[in-house]
Amino acid sequence: MTDLRRAAGPLAAILGLVIVLALLQASGLAYWQGLFINLGIFLILVLSLNLSSGFTGVFSLGHIGFMALGAYGSAILTLPLREKQEYLPNLPAGLAGVHFDFHLGPFPLGFLLATLVAAVLVALVALLVGLVLMRLSGHFVAVATLGFLVIVRVILFNADHFTRGSRTFSNVTPYTDLWWVWAWALVVLYVVRRIKRSPFGRAMLAQREDRWAAQSIGIAVMPPRLLAFVVSAFFTAVAGSLYAHFITSFSPTVFYFDLTFRVITMLVVGGMGSVSGSVIGTVLVVGLAEALRRIEDATLLYGMSQIILAVIFILIIVFRREGLLGQREIALDRLFVKGGEPSS
Amino acid sequence: MLLYVTQQFVNALSLGSLYALMAVGLAMVFGILRLINFAHGDLMMVAAYFAAFALFANLPLGLALVLMIGGTMGVGLLMERVAYRPIRGAPDVAALLTSFAVGQILQNGTLLFTRLIQKPIQIAFPSPELLNGVIAFGPVTVPRLNIVSLVTGVILLVLLSLFVTRTTLGLSMRAAAEDLSAAQLMGIDINRVIATAFAIGSGLAAVAGLLFAVQAGQINPYMGFTPVLKAFIAAVIGGFGSIAGAVVGGYVLGGLEVFLTAIPGIGDILPAGFVSPEVQAFLKQWLPASLTSYRDAFVFVALILVLLFRPNGILRRREREEMQ
Repeated sequence: MTDLRRAAGPLAAILGLVIVLALLQASGLAYWQGLFINLGIFLILVLSLNLSSGFTGVFSLGHIGFMALGAYGSAILTLPLREKQEYLPNLPAGLAGVHFDFHLGPFPLGFLLATLVAAVLVALVALLVGLVLMRLSGHFVAVATLGFLVIVRVILFNADHFTRGSRTFSNVTPYTDLWWVWAWALVVLYVVRRIKRSPFGRAMLAQREDRWAAQSIGIAVMPPRLLAFVVSAFFTAVAGSLYAHFITSFSPTVFYFDLTFRVITMLVVGGMGSVSGSVIGTVLVVGLAEALRRIEDATLLYGMSQIILAVIFILIIVFRREGLLGQREIALDRLFVKGGEPSS
Repeated sequence: MLLYVTQQFVNALSLGSLYALMAVGLAMVFGILRLINFAHGDLMMVAAYFAAFALFANLPLGLALVLMIGGTMGVGLLMERVAYRPIRGAPDVAALLTSFAVGQILQNGTLLFTRLIQKPIQIAFPSPELLNGVIAFGPVTVPRLNIVSLVTGVILLVLLSLFVTRTTLGLSMRAAAEDLSAAQLMGIDINRVIATAFAIGSGLAAVAGLLFAVQAGQINPYMGFTPVLKAFIAAVIGGFGSIAGAVVGGYVLGGLEVFLTAIPGIGDILPAGFVSPEVQAFLKQWLPASLTSYRDAFVFVALILVLLFRPNGILRRREREEMQ
């Protein structure tokens, strides 16, 4: 009985989400659909960053580099052959003939496969990068990962056989819709939540709180850090793929510091280490940024919205350093459970 | 051959001076507060705007310089007072992220300002006559800007070292860098020391900003980002927090960058018979594009290597605890 009651909370939340999405879909309001797609993509980015940076305390400023690799990787795989020949004539022979356009009925299986292939490759890159960088801590790892972001950018600009260099990569098939984004977001939400409650997750938090104490009771530092980094790079690449197939044309400049800082703001506002905090921080900051952007467009005071967001960021760090939720969680699974045993 | 090497050597020294001027400010603040102040690059940008508007207003060069340095110091002090003092003692990463937010405010504030006065985002920098043209030393011609950068850099860094070693305030600053709370217990007014560090760092960044702006020929609100990353690398190479180390790191980085840029020319200037023709053809074909366009990537790989293997800089003994 308790199990059923426990499942009821999350199921009710998912049902609510599905109803909202279905209404949006039926309404045909392109603006709101786009906003919700953006929201879902940012949610994946923030949850992933929280997994590696919030849980382990090893702060990464390089995640947007993984997003860029995921975007380019999957876009190259799904690009139709004719466009490929026209836009990327110098692709190596092995890639030039590849077009992931398999369908399972109306379901674009090729998009899913391309996303997964790109994400697995990015996870391998993250494994290599992580083996080197996860040895560092504090602000030094932050700056080293920022170095990774710069390196990815330089490579994207120069590898024009694959990326068209500084020119726009366009004509990506617009597969991404509300359902794709939110299905992935729910998967990421579930996995991150599960990891937090798993022994690995406890190890991540333990070595963040006190590395020496954790080590002295036999908790290794590297494995949990590396696991968090690789899994989070995987999901960040998924977000990159969703983004690429949503806006359909992009260039390396998109994936740089502004986006990095935007995602970090959402994470810090919500609270590093809290999964529910990531959801709340993302919704608040995406909503606020969008409102400010519209005011900016109306008043032509460009730069205003960024200033306001940065001031809010500083105020949060000064007055509520743990973010809105700190490390607490909103326990959806206890919504319909009366009193009794704790859930996590 | 010799000519080429000499020219590149002067380039390396002048670029190194710029990086050293920037890195010193980062290192002073880091030494005392353990804060990596990424907004330091935006101070440089702000300085370039002060200089540009002073020169647009046809002020004499001397007055423009005073306004630029004074204005930038003011911005630096303000940012310390408003953003960094309230978070003193916060964890490393929180402070680092705050400095990014401060940088965003400076960048977008400048953007907003240029919009309000209806200027384009990218402005052509009105270089003072003094900094244009070339100087010839016999067969070697060197841009005047490079000589000015080199001389200014050396003079300012010597003055700084005199200040740090010969004055009471300089001594307090070194004491604070050694141990902030002990210095406070000894009756040193640390707020004054920290403000001084920010003021000096901002002043040096202002000079570097002017030189960068002249070199680039144009300025925009985002111009500070890459230089501050480079300055950070310079400071890390020299052992973060050490002023002397930051200077050395600046020149090492300048040398490394000029080396990576200059090396593609090697294929053309090697004396005949020095290497076999095949090797020379190979060098000519492969060195040019690849090395120069990947320069920033190489520089960051160097940073990561230093962080991993010589976390206390190339000058100091290795003490891993500090980094981990």
